[in-house]
Amino acid sequence: MGARAPRRRAPGDAQVSVAGTEVDPASPVLPDVARAVGADGHEVLHPARDRYHEVVDAHRQAGFEMLADLTAVDYLAHPGRVLPDGVAPARFEVAAVLLSVSGRRRVRVRVQVPEDDPVVASVWDLYRGAEAMEREAYDMFGIVFEGHPDLTRILMPEDWEGHPLRKDFGVGRVPVQFKEAPGPR
Amino acid sequence: MTPDSPTTFTRETAEGAQEMASRAATAPAELQREVGSVLRLPEGTVVDASDVDVERGDDETMIINMGPQHPSTHGVLRLMMELDGETVLRTKPVIGYLHTGMEKTGEELTFQQGATNVTRMDYLSPLNNELVFALATEQLLGIELPPRAVWIRMLLSELQRVSSHLMWMATNGMDVGSTTMMIFGFRERELVLAFFEKTTGVRMNHNFIRPGGTAADLPDGWEDDVEVILDNVAVRLDDYDELLTGQPIFRERMEGVGAISAEEALALSATGPILRSTGVSWDLRRAMPYLAYDQVDFDVIVGTYGDNFDRYAIRLNEIRESVRILRQVLERLPAGDYRVQDKKVTPPPRARIDESMEALIHHFKIFTEGYKVPEGEVYVAVESPRGELGCYLVSDGSSKPYRLHIRAPSFVNLQSLPVMMHGGLVADAVATISSVDPVMGEVDR
Repeated sequence: MGARAPRRRAPGDAQVSVAGTEVDPASPVLPDVARAVGADGHEVLHPARDRYHEVVDAHRQAGFEMLADLTAVDYLAHPGRVLPDGVAPARFEVAAVLLSVSGRRRVRVRVQVPEDDPVVASVWDLYRGAEAMEREAYDMFGIVFEGHPDLTRILMPEDWEGHPLRKDFGVGRVPVQFKEAPGPR
Repeated sequence: MTPDSPTTFTRETAEGAQEMASRAATAPAELQREVGSVLRLPEGTVVDASDVDVERGDDETMIINMGPQHPSTHGVLRLMMELDGETVLRTKPVIGYLHTGMEKTGEELTFQQGATNVTRMDYLSPLNNELVFALATEQLLGIELPPRAVWIRMLLSELQRVSSHLMWMATNGMDVGSTTMMIFGFRERELVLAFFEKTTGVRMNHNFIRPGGTAADLPDGWEDDVEVILDNVAVRLDDYDELLTGQPIFRERMEGVGAISAEEALALSATGPILRSTGVSWDLRRAMPYLAYDQVDFDVIVGTYGDNFDRYAIRLNEIRESVRILRQVLERLPAGDYRVQDKKVTPPPRARIDESMEALIHHFKIFTEGYKVPEGEVYVAVESPRGELGCYLVSDGSSKPYRLHIRAPSFVNLQSLPVMMHGGLVADAVATISSVDPVMGEVDR
């Protein structure tokens, strides 16, 4: 492609090469964290709320380079869900999908967040990509991510009341008024 | 700046918290990390600490809004840019103008109806959205698809990638001033859309890939249609190559502009052409194969510099790879059923309804009540033209999803925009936004 000098910035000097590598990042040993295998074949971890940050950090250091997804679920209308032994269900659940590019694996971290204190540690200091995702979870569920730099609404208007994806937030309807036929055009 | 006038104005418009805070409100150490983006990246990776002028006052820089109504923002994207003369310092994407609560709507629709909802998110590659929803539902149901359904899905998914990338070539051409490319891109995309219209009945929002297979079989003579598309696109790709790749004005606008490093892209969860442009060969079709991608031959295109030109070259060559995959699909598409013969999810064929009362009841039940999906939660991801398109689906055992979350690649990729734009010129901002390829329907959902 010829000699092409970037005008303003050199390319990242330490390129992450994953072509052909089949390194399996060893899952960090976390003996007291409940684990299971999801219906999609990925490993699912259920850490306690105060250990969530630590568990994510351990995975990041073990080679999970990317936070692929972070979202929340409101289990208000479905309290009797299946959870591994020792995990007490709470109303909210934050689900983060960690991805290892070098090891071609995913791990899902599900953490229970109670209704009366919907606060969980932010993983923004570990993965900068959590910024928008945590803001979305806050906007839609009202879960506060402690340590997030700019926890404001992202999709809803600033002055919106309530958190739309909570199960006790009704589906709004705008009444449709049918007008008379406009007459011949 | 008088003490009361700007604040009063912001309060009245109720946009207070969306404002960029003044520089004085940020501690110097924090500012060093912050310059370059509202998203603060680890020290040293984004900016050289000596570049940062901590002493600079607010009045030396200017904050302007680009959008939400701006032809280059591809929809309703608003960018707040802090400018020092012509140079962009910080950028904050403000989104939500197209938010219609589609994830909430998804909880009110049955799994049968769900595809009509998700298909409207990324309106430039609707079939991929349907695909990821269908795959997630099927994983919860635990059903195995007949091979023909899998290959039909792959055919449609690749054609969609061709049409989406052509659309990107067209709009990117328009953004950097190549009107010819715009007309060319739309012209070829039309061929693909005409085939979709023949196959699914509509040009977009197809609702064709459904849990359990596809809505119908491919139309008669589809091989010839696809052959014509592939021959045309293959020839015209060389035209684009000739028109743009060696063109000095185009290269001047793309090369070295909007660069991002592999570490930044990974840290910001960027996927798709953005991540590949930095040299990371990460393509879910290759890394975590779904459908039958492990049975076809194709290359993952990667770049080196992570700039706009690399992202252009990746998309151009990905069309070539898609053409290569499509030729293999043409040869190898197996015969058989286009949907799973599982009475639970598949309605009876139309002809049976006239003969059998039970078939009529069955048909009615499926389309009014839907089918029940076992309790559980799954995360499924596919490679959409824009990156990792994920679906986190939770079922409580009823016929409607308990929670439907779409991990939209554009939504996440927008976070890397401030990093790409930092230090560039305002005029290059347009080209950089374009190279991220955001689809606002998917960003806001």
